[in-house]
Amino acid sequence: MTTPAAVEIAQVTHRYGTRTALDGVEFTVASGEIFALLGPNGGGKTTLFRLLSTLIPLQAGAIRLLGFDVARDTHAARRSMGVVFQAPSLDKKLTVTENLIHQGHLYGLSGHALRERVDEMLARLRLSDRRDDRVETLSGGLRRRVELAKGMLHEPRVLVLDEPSTGLDPGARSDLWEYLRLIRKEQGVTILLTTHLLEEAEKADRLAILDRGKLVALDTPDNLRATVGGDTLSLESDEPEALVAGIRERFGWEARRFDDVVRLEQPEGHRLVAQLVEAFPGRIKAITLGKPTLEDVFIARTGHRFLSAEPAPVATTKKRRHAG
Amino acid sequence: MSLAPPVKPIAPEIASATAPMVGERPWLVVWTLCKRELVRFFRQRNRVVGAIGQPIIFWLLFGAGLGPSFRMPQTVPAAGDNTVPGADAAASVISYSEYFFPGTLSLILLFTAIFTTISIIEDRREGFLQSVLVAPISRWSMVLGKLLGGSLIALVQGMIFFLLGLTLGLHYSPTMVLAVAGFSFLCSFTLTALGFLIAWRMDSTQGFHAVMSVFLMPMWLLSGAFFPGEGWLRWVMMVNPMTYMTAGLRHLLYLNVENGAAMLPPHLPSLPLCLIVTSLLAAGLFALAVRMSAARTTGDLL
Repeated sequence: MTTPAAVEIAQVTHRYGTRTALDGVEFTVASGEIFALLGPNGGGKTTLFRLLSTLIPLQAGAIRLLGFDVARDTHAARRSMGVVFQAPSLDKKLTVTENLIHQGHLYGLSGHALRERVDEMLARLRLSDRRDDRVETLSGGLRRRVELAKGMLHEPRVLVLDEPSTGLDPGARSDLWEYLRLIRKEQGVTILLTTHLLEEAEKADRLAILDRGKLVALDTPDNLRATVGGDTLSLESDEPEALVAGIRERFGWEARRFDDVVRLEQPEGHRLVAQLVEAFPGRIKAITLGKPTLEDVFIARTGHRFLSAEPAPVATTKKRRHAG
Repeated sequence: MSLAPPVKPIAPEIASATAPMVGERPWLVVWTLCKRELVRFFRQRNRVVGAIGQPIIFWLLFGAGLGPSFRMPQTVPAAGDNTVPGADAAASVISYSEYFFPGTLSLILLFTAIFTTISIIEDRREGFLQSVLVAPISRWSMVLGKLLGGSLIALVQGMIFFLLGLTLGLHYSPTMVLAVAGFSFLCSFTLTALGFLIAWRMDSTQGFHAVMSVFLMPMWLLSGAFFPGEGWLRWVMMVNPMTYMTAGLRHLLYLNVENGAAMLPPHLPSLPLCLIVTSLLAAGLFALAVRMSAARTTGDLL
């Protein structure tokens, strides 16, 4: 049986004024997948999330959710997805139950069926004992659980989450992932989330990396790491430029410099540690050997480090609300 | 937009068992948004006090302070109020407190309607609005829910104040109370829609307060609420839509009173005109609010 892709993103381009936030982004998410959209801040993933959740209209390209075009079948697309925002979307003056009942009404649920569904969600997210508390009295972790309950209340086939781990402590984060895996397993829900955390993207089945509005990688975490090949060596030096040149001259290896760190990827890296230190006596302050991470993938694809990727000077034109 | 077709299930056995895919129910949306508005308002008691307290204080203080010097312009010079003894008939017919009474009522409606629409800005900033905006609902139901909520709050506050009219010796008949309540609701709806239009694109409550000071307060002052207009002011008042709200309320207070016309200042727009203008305004502002909220822009995010 051929099933339509849960999410199809086709040639999506989006501009804020003159700044291009998304540039020809294209990928599909299969049904039942947990898919992460990884990128540094300003990379374009929040814009993509907003387009997908129908918060802002498409400028160019197409997005389909379960085959429904978000521009033409907006209502059907909206109905088929649950949305969990990065910024809280709960009414703090209402109780947990009141928030969920309200959400249910917006999605056309009412009466006994709605109440049962709310009870079920509260029990499932272990919120039953706080059901009559006002949201303003809850901790950040509990609020995020209410947000999840809210997003899943109408039993959507697709759940999209924007930076779901923001502001959560490690315990709450692992609870979140436990829940995401559970709904995927039990209900076959497709999950698409954005994140700027490398370790979170590692947990996804597949991921797409967005940098400066472009899709730079798309695969499973393992496959992506395998593309880097071998091991990663990081060398700290006072003269990184000279070191890069020296390595090229002496060994013929391509190395890259990031501030005072020189990185190179080579198979059997452990054998090279001694060679490198001997070849450049006194010029290497420290040397680190590791398996490639998603950050190495990012570096290999973009030529710059993950964390230093954000300063896009015009990024201030983009309105962003701060959480809290 | 027509109702959404049922979602094509990916795994039919799962979807049919667990997913209640129901069509859009706009009136349920109106109801839930309206109810939320009421619950929120009455949980924030300081708002309840603020919106009704200030106008009452105005009414008491201005009534006491301006009362002695107030003199109602003669309605018709030859009216010959032979029912009222004394030479200066009009001055004794209606005190300033009484003159100012419908004006205070319209001020309460204005304040409350405006305060409830300020919550749109808060909803946006606090993030609540975004989950409403991505829900599969028609924008008209969202707008109507919000406006009805605000109007009902304003109506309740207005009616509380309305009871104070007993101290003035106004003649309360069931039809008069119903008429005043009904028209107050229409005014509240109109003013809430106006507030919605102002608040929708605004990103700070400070901005709203500025609009309140330079636009809404003068609009109220020049509605005949505070003083009957003479000369050029009268022309300004005639184009001020709020004039027709305050005037309508003033008419209705004397609905069943014999010789009620004697209580009204000269040049007051007629009751049918007040009803027509306010109704048209309500419909027009509501349509505009729906239209404005339906246009998705990046401004929806903040």
